[in-house]
Amino acid sequence: MKKILYVFLLLLLSSNVRAALNIFACEPEWAALAQELAGDKATIYSATTALQDPHKIQARPSLIAKARRAQLLVCTGAELEIGWLPLILRESANPDIAPGKPGNFEAAQLVTMLEVPTRLDRVDGDVHAAGNPHIQTDARNFLPIAQALSARLSELDPANAAVYRSRLQDFTQKWQAALLRWEKQAAPLKGQAIVVQHAGFPYLINWLGLKQLATLETKPGMEPSVAHLSQVLEQLQQHPARMVIRAAYQSDKPSAWIAERAHIPAVTLPFSVGGTDAAKDLFSLFDDTLLRLLAGVK
Amino acid sequence: MFKYMALCVALLAPLSVHAATDQELDEIRAQIKQLQRADATEQQNDRPTTTGGAAFNPAIALILSGTYGQLRQDPAIPATGFAMSAHPEHSQGFNLGESELVMTANIDTQFRGEITLALEPDDSLGVENAFVQTTALGNGLNFKMGRYFSGLGYLNEKHAHAWDFVDQPLVYRTLWDNQLGEDGVQLKWLAETDTFIEIGAELGRGRGFPGSDRQRKNGVGSGVAFAHVGDDVGVSNSWRAGFSWHQTRRENALSTVKAVDNSFSGDSKTAGLDFVWKYAPNGNATETNFKLLGEYFRRREKGHLTYDVANTNITDSYAVTQSGWHVQSVYQFMSRWRTGLRYDQLDSGTAQIGASNVVNVVSNYGFTPKRTTLMLDYNPSEFSRLRVQVAQDKSRQDLVDHQLFLQYVMSLGAHGGHQF
Repeated sequence: MKKILYVFLLLLLSSNVRAALNIFACEPEWAALAQELAGDKATIYSATTALQDPHKIQARPSLIAKARRAQLLVCTGAELEIGWLPLILRESANPDIAPGKPGNFEAAQLVTMLEVPTRLDRVDGDVHAAGNPHIQTDARNFLPIAQALSARLSELDPANAAVYRSRLQDFTQKWQAALLRWEKQAAPLKGQAIVVQHAGFPYLINWLGLKQLATLETKPGMEPSVAHLSQVLEQLQQHPARMVIRAAYQSDKPSAWIAERAHIPAVTLPFSVGGTDAAKDLFSLFDDTLLRLLAGVK
Repeated sequence: MFKYMALCVALLAPLSVHAATDQELDEIRAQIKQLQRADATEQQNDRPTTTGGAAFNPAIALILSGTYGQLRQDPAIPATGFAMSAHPEHSQGFNLGESELVMTANIDTQFRGEITLALEPDDSLGVENAFVQTTALGNGLNFKMGRYFSGLGYLNEKHAHAWDFVDQPLVYRTLWDNQLGEDGVQLKWLAETDTFIEIGAELGRGRGFPGSDRQRKNGVGSGVAFAHVGDDVGVSNSWRAGFSWHQTRRENALSTVKAVDNSFSGDSKTAGLDFVWKYAPNGNATETNFKLLGEYFRRREKGHLTYDVANTNITDSYAVTQSGWHVQSVYQFMSRWRTGLRYDQLDSGTAQIGASNVVNVVSNYGFTPKRTTLMLDYNPSEFSRLRVQVAQDKSRQDLVDHQLFLQYVMSLGAHGGHQF
């Protein structure tokens, strides 16, 4: 009996003897960013993959177990994870990562939100009060987020603050260079008309100056219906678009349907790290995104 | 603040990398102007929009649900051999099934509270759940007090709107009166391991069946212990397995067999096993997914049975072990459409009856109650569900029932959590 008690106590105390900072990233782009900024100073777990719809995750036992050990939660916020993260936070009984604590980092708080709804009504579909949460499709957003995340890493792990600072400097420099390169590369995309499957790309569209003509989903989060697709097709016959784009995690059927009938290419974007084979880290995520968009307007 | 830093960084960026062309500089200036504009609008948006007392209102979710039931047999007849068990009846015709009002909010830095009010068939309002829960204990500890659904089994904690079928499995209907709700305290502890390992214990008043509500009595009326283990297998599969134990004392529990009222007093001990396995290609459940659930409960009751309380009133020892299980699967074969198949079976066991009651009480019915259920539902969105269900219910000897149910389940207001 005594032995069992000791084991129990040891298990309770083991939370204080961790080597690396334990990071729970809600989406793979934040896992990748944390990797850039923390290197081997952190153990990073990504709760979702780029092939999963971040709105529709279930509070699986494995996620609860991982959150229990986390010292830092890095998520998009803006209600993207509202269907599962509150449940995981509650069940994991880990107050270090509760909202408002230093261990809870929400990327959406650091960027300008687009598509903030003027009214909240589910008749408009799955809208988010704070605005469209898919902020990771604009590469520029990573600069302020990286800066704040790096500061948060230093706050939680002051012993390695110097490492985090120098890694941030390194990342910022490389990212700025990449931004210039990407924006130059993307010049032919400016003003090009596109159709999107889910309203997941306003930040990308805003960044690259694309023009969104239509959305295949009737309303955000509502599956495209044939009636609505036919309407979009009709619209495209009057105002043609160069391509239809979708995120890797979404069904390819609606965009294939439109692509075939409107004779435009259907372009699959990685949407996050791991969405395509080429999108291995944050840099290659945008390299591949641009490559695919440029192939679409060729 | 960060935005301004970002602006500075953006301003410096092109200079440090290489000499920027005029065109590039113009573009960057335009971008900065755009960001500044956006920043100004954001600052306006940052102002709180709710005022005064409304700002701290709890999150409110309303579940609207209704059922149409068509049955061939009288729903008041219990499963054969389970007269001592609970028998929540099916409703016939049109009825407001499980409409609920849920309110939740953080209370302060230490607690959160949740209440679920359910509309009962007789138009009264029942308190299904009303509990407070710690949020800051840490170390994987979760403490709950108030009225809650017990953490035993897999389905017990699920509210009716989250059920995959119109009704609960037979084993839940007979052994738990659909769901064990308890007034008491619950402590759960989550191990700090990569694999999900959770243990929990509850002490309650014995309010829910098979407990016999200890009114005007001190002490504890029921105890529950449970353990859960779960994990992922690859990216597409996940599972959870559980063991549960429930113990209570029954006092003068009445049952009616062939118009004779009997009364039982004694100990009731139940052990349970549950296992759920879920599959979704690449872990993306949007398009297609599959769920398999199996549960088994075995209850031992031992004490004294009084035969025919109103007349002969003979008391002698009585003991019986009863069990039941169900296996159910739900398959989402295309987005928005799901179908489910469930098989139920009960074992009423052989009772050991004291000598003076052997002639009065049936010890073995020699009948195995079973039921097969098929379900199809359509989910226009995450918040609405329309369902049709048919069942062949052979839980009552010589009374085969063919059942048809039509149901809608809709949720309004605050976004509920996607439970595993």
